[in-house]
Parts: sequence; C-alpha cells; structure tokens
Amino acid sequence: MKMGARIVFAVAALFLGTGFALAAESEQAAQKPYTVEDGKVDKKTFNGWRRYTESCLRCHGPDGAGSSYGPDLVESVKHMTQDQFNEIVVNGRTNVSAATTSVMPPFGEVEDVVTYLDDIWAYLKARADGVLGRGRPLRIGD
Amino acid sequence: MRSSGLWLMAPAFVLLAGTASGNDELIKLSKDPNQWVIPSGDYANTRYSTLNQITKDNVKNLRPLWTFSTGVLRGHEGGPLVIGDVMYLSTPFPNNVFALDLNNNGRILWKYEPKQDPTVIPVMCCDTVNRGVAYADGKIFLHQADTTLVALDAKTGKELWSVKNGDPKKGETGTSAPLVVKDKVLVGISGGEFGVQAHVTAYNTKDGSRAWRAYSEGPDDQILFDANTTELGKPVGKDSSIKTWQGDQWKIGGGGTWGWISYDPQLNLIYYGSGNPSTWNPVQRPGDNKWSMTIFARNPDTGIAKWAYQMTPHDQWDYDGVNEMILVDINVKGQPTKALVHFDRNGFGYTLNRETGALLVAEKFDPKVNWASKIDMQTGRPQVVAQFAPGSQGEDHNYTDVCPAALGSKDQQPAAFSPKTGLFYVPTNHVCMDYEPFKVSYTAGQPYVGATLSMYPPKGENNLGNFIAWDPSTGKIVWSNSEPFSVWSGALATAGDVVFYGTLEGYLKAVDMQTGKELYKFKTPSGIIGNVNTFTHGGKQYVAVLSGVGGWAGIGMAAGLTQVANAEDWHKAVSGTHQPTAAEKAIDTAGLGAVGAYKALANYTQLGGVLTVFGLSE
Repeated sequence: MKMGARIVFAVAALFLGTGFALAAESEQAAQKPYTVEDGKVDKKTFNGWRRYTESCLRCHGPDGAGSSYGPDLVESVKHMTQDQFNEIVVNGRTNVSAATTSVMPPFGEVEDVVTYLDDIWAYLKARADGVLGRGRPLRIGD
Repeated sequence: MRSSGLWLMAPAFVLLAGTASGNDELIKLSKDPNQWVIPSGDYANTRYSTLNQITKDNVKNLRPLWTFSTGVLRGHEGGPLVIGDVMYLSTPFPNNVFALDLNNNGRILWKYEPKQDPTVIPVMCCDTVNRGVAYADGKIFLHQADTTLVALDAKTGKELWSVKNGDPKKGETGTSAPLVVKDKVLVGISGGEFGVQAHVTAYNTKDGSRAWRAYSEGPDDQILFDANTTELGKPVGKDSSIKTWQGDQWKIGGGGTWGWISYDPQLNLIYYGSGNPSTWNPVQRPGDNKWSMTIFARNPDTGIAKWAYQMTPHDQWDYDGVNEMILVDINVKGQPTKALVHFDRNGFGYTLNRETGALLVAEKFDPKVNWASKIDMQTGRPQVVAQFAPGSQGEDHNYTDVCPAALGSKDQQPAAFSPKTGLFYVPTNHVCMDYEPFKVSYTAGQPYVGATLSMYPPKGENNLGNFIAWDPSTGKIVWSNSEPFSVWSGALATAGDVVFYGTLEGYLKAVDMQTGKELYKFKTPSGIIGNVNTFTHGGKQYVAVLSGVGGWAGIGMAAGLTQVANAEDWHKAVSGTHQPTAAEKAIDTAGLGAVGAYKALANYTQLGGVLTVFGLSE
C-alpha cells in the first residue's frame, strides 16, 4: 500500500474506532477512556503506559512529565480532544525556527504506536485527569 | 607540559606516512597547555592541564569575564577548542560552528551554518547534542547530526569537503566529536536505540575519501578482526562476533560508537568503546552480542583490532561502553604499567594494560552498584545478580531497584586525571531503576527499545550525583562530593591543584584537588552538561564551559526523574508486583518520605545556550 494510502487508512481506522466507541458507549465512558480503581489501572491503560514508554518517553519524558525537548503531555492533553491527539501523533508536528527546533515525527506508520493509540490516550488522560500518579501503574488484580 | 611527563617522546615520529603534518603538528600542539586543540584536551584523554596560574589559593577570585550566546537552545555537550588566538565551538542542532577572535573579545570571525533536514531531530535518542569539533592541518572538522562529516578551512570557515557517514532514515545520527590521528579523521556513529549496525570510520583529512570502516558487530571482515586479535591475551578466533548473535540480528545489533576516542602515538593504537546492543529487551537477542559493550584497541592506519575486551556481555541494562579511555602510565599493584583506565556505565572502574589488553583492576566506583557482585578477573566476565538482571526471568516482568540505572554510574561526561595526585576526578550519577523488557518489532528509523524505565536515587538517599576522587590502583573512592543532581559535565584537573566541574543546576565549581573542598562556584545561565576546558591568552589563564541543559539528563527536566507528593505510595507503586525481599522490608520508609520532598531540576534551571569564560579578577 502506498505511504499516503496507509496513513489515510490508519487515520480512518482510528476515527472510525473512536466514532464507534462514542456511539456505543455512554457519554461518561467517552470522557473516561480508562478504568482506575483504587489507584490501579485496567489492562488497556497499563498497556498505554508501556507503549508510551517505548515510543514517547524519549522526547516527552517519563510518565508524560515532559523533558527539555518535548512538552509536558499531562498538561497538553487537558487542552485537546482525542481526535486532535490522534491527528498530531499520526501526522507529526514540526516547529523549526531560529528560536526552536521542535520536530515530532509522524507515527502513522509505526505499528507499535498506531495499534495502541487508544491505550496511550487512555493512559495520558488518566494522568491529566489527576487520577493516576507517576511511576509504573499497578494493574487491577495485582 | 600536558601529560608529556608520562610518555617518552619517541623521536622517530616522522613516519613514512605521506602527510606527517597532521601527525606531528597535532601531537606538538596538544602538548602546549596554552591551547586546547583536541576535543578531550590531549590524545590520552586525561583532561589535565599543566597551567597553574589559577591555584587553589586564588581560585576564590575567579569570575566570569566574558560570555557568548550560541543562539541555540537544547543540550550543550562538548567544549570549545582554542588554537592560537581563535576559539572554535559547535552548537547542538543545527550544529553551527563559530570561530571567535580572542584578540577582540570573542568577535565572530566566521560562522558556518549547515543546512540539515530537521527530520533527523526525533531520531536522536538523547537530545540534539554535539560534542565538539576537531582541528588538524588548518582544517576544522564537524560531525553533524545527519552524519555528515565536513572539513572547513579554519581561517575562513569555507567548506573544503563533505561526506555522508550514515543514514538518518535508518536511525543513524551523529553526536560525537571527531578525532584526527595522523592523516585521518576518525568518527563514530549513534543509533543504538534504533537498531543500527554501528561503526567507526576513518576518512583521509586531505579529501574526505574513506580509509577504513570497522563495525561493532558482524563478520570478521566488517569488524576488522584478524587472526592476531585477542581478548584478555587469547586470540578471539574466527567469527567471534556473529557466533554470539542469533541469525542475522547482528545487522541491527547496535554497538554505537558515540563516545570519545583516545590515541597512543607510541604504541600506534586508538582506543574507544561500543554501546548497547539493540534492542533493550535482552530476551529478543540471546547470546553475548559481541562486540557491543567492548573496549577496542585498533591500529589507526588500517583499523585492524589488536585487542578487544567486552565488559558487559549480553547486556540487560543499556550500559553503553562508550565512555572515555584514559591513557596513563601509572603503578598498578606496584608495577609501572601503560594503563588504560575506564569508568564504565556499568559502575565498574576498569584498569587494563593498554598494550596487551590484560585486565588488571575492576572495582565498583559507586558502592550502590548491584547488578553484578564483581568482575571475575580470570574470565573478565561480570558475576551477574539474577534479581537485578532484567530479562533473567523473561519479558513482562518488572525488575526493581537495579543499580545503576541505564544512564549508568557515569555517562559520556569525561573524567580527569592528575599526575600530581595519581587520582581520577569523576563526575558520577547515583541513580537506580526499574526496568521491564517487552517484545517490540523492528522498523527502520524507529526506536528499537522494548523496555520501560523508571529512575530514582538509591533507596534512602536523595542525591542523584556525586563528584568523586578515585584511586586507580586500589579501586577506592578517596573523597566524594554529593550533588543533588547527576554530575553531567566533563571534569578538568590542573597543576594549580584545582579540579573543575559543572552541575545540572548550572554551577561551575572549583574544588581542592586533595580534599574536594569547594573553593568557588558560580551559577551560569543554564544547567551544565559541557566539558570544562582551559587555555591562556595574552599570558592569562582562562577556564571555559558551555551551559545549556539537556542531553539525557534533560529527560528528567520536568520532574527530576521523579517527583511525588507521597513517596511511600509511589514506592509501593513501582515495586508493586515484585515480591519484597528481606532487604526491602527493612527499608526505612521514613527516609524515603524525605525523598518525596525532592525537587525537580526544572525548579533550578531552564534551557539555555551560553559559553562562559572565567578568569581571575583583573
């Protein structure tokens, strides 16, 4: 599949997935894509933390806290919808000038990210909503 | 004379080689303490200066005399060169190079601005750093982020030649300082987190044509090993690398060569180390993974390895072996020895015979190191402690309280040696980690990591760094200055009995060489991850250092690696699924509660890009 077509496919799949979730679940579930009980998280959110660490930590720091070269996502996620988040992750974002060299690469073709994008969103949203602290999350049932 | 007392100056140095000028000139220049012509100060990487105008008695009168903004933010590693009346420095991406006129208060003589595709930025695992330019033969050599190696006319900044050393689309990038040896310029490559097959390459300084390339892993004709190559005195034999990898994994094997290179002109050997094997998930790459994590001694004319020594076989911690190889002639266990001293990421300080590759000393330079109990001096192999060996119980298991953390007891920030005390002055990290490997797939140009990581100070402590004085023949710490954050700058030792280093909050510090007592400090505009250099101009001694927080230390910027309101809950969280050991039950959680008050690096400093030059008040 040509590159452009693959990106479109990946993005379409995501939006389709998100749309389906919104239709099928309650409004509240859509606001809260994670399950956190007693400080412990569901499998999806835990996987989001793991995939975040593999692909996002190197620029955005441990646990979404930011670094000297990637913004604090716990803050960023408070100001965007899941669709906006997906768009940036899939397509990337470049901001290069005399004052800054911020380049977020597109992850639309990265299997380890795009397959688990909902999980990564769930993890970051749990962090942003203040229901999950830093460090490796405990899993429900642990 | 810088370090010349340590070596015999072999007179028959004007070899049959064609352009001896790059050879003689650079060796001669590197012995002039008034200049700083090699990125690491001298070929032996001692970072020792015989300048003694600034002394332990007058350094309290040091002050910043002039400053220069590089115009770039992000991590500023490396340091400036000073050749004659001109200072040369490079910046993080976009890797601008400046020539500053010391006769005119640092006026810019020329500026070289490479044009690089910014898509290389996200392929640089640990910030867009550049560890400095090299000089030889009237040329300045720049190793760019996109792996281009370019030769510039030192007088005008005009580009003389340019070659592409690697391919960022495959995750290959450039961060290291090149080294000129005779008529060749040597350069490594980065990308151990991206599954590259790393190498060191030599280009002819005259025209940039390739002379040789030695890979870190692969068949013998790629790694440039022959029948005479030994490890700990024994020939390594055919296929020493590929037989320690499964199938074709060596092709994406890592072994990055992004650290420092040193050179012994008398033995005619260059020395450097290789980094971690790819991936960070050891379960996916069984075998010793040679020759990652290895110290190499190679002939600089041909690249052929004389000896090699792998420090961390089948790495399970990301303990890259790229830190500087310091070449000193010292007594080791009572014997005068041509030694190589190396403070590895894995927390062990190694002393080897640099001629034969024999292992003489291997001791922990941070008492908290726990992944191995010791190094077996017969086999050279570490005695690994399974509890602290990620992957030993398979994937998807969280290994907690492993010390040191992946960033090691020391990373690339280079140590200094003083022949006056016989001690090494080492900037260290004091950090432990939780590490959980999991399965990942390889995609060219994408991270090939496969492990989660949480980092924090050792239990019961709240400092993330120490600056230590180390005795290489006993393997003991002589004095230790605790620092709140990892000490990420290169050290400098001088004949004035002063040792300099920089801190992540931004302090340039001067301490007494004998006792470690702090004699002077000044807070520069941003955290220091650069190396402190010294030179003279107009008969006056100066000390120069770049400020600009970042590098891998910058990953912890926002929260100093961890920041928690309630340390106890956090600690339970990170050790959650791990069966508590007797040691853990005995832990003083009250002590750990104090750690909760630990402040973030971002409370002390922000991004910056400034060179500060210090001198005694006029």
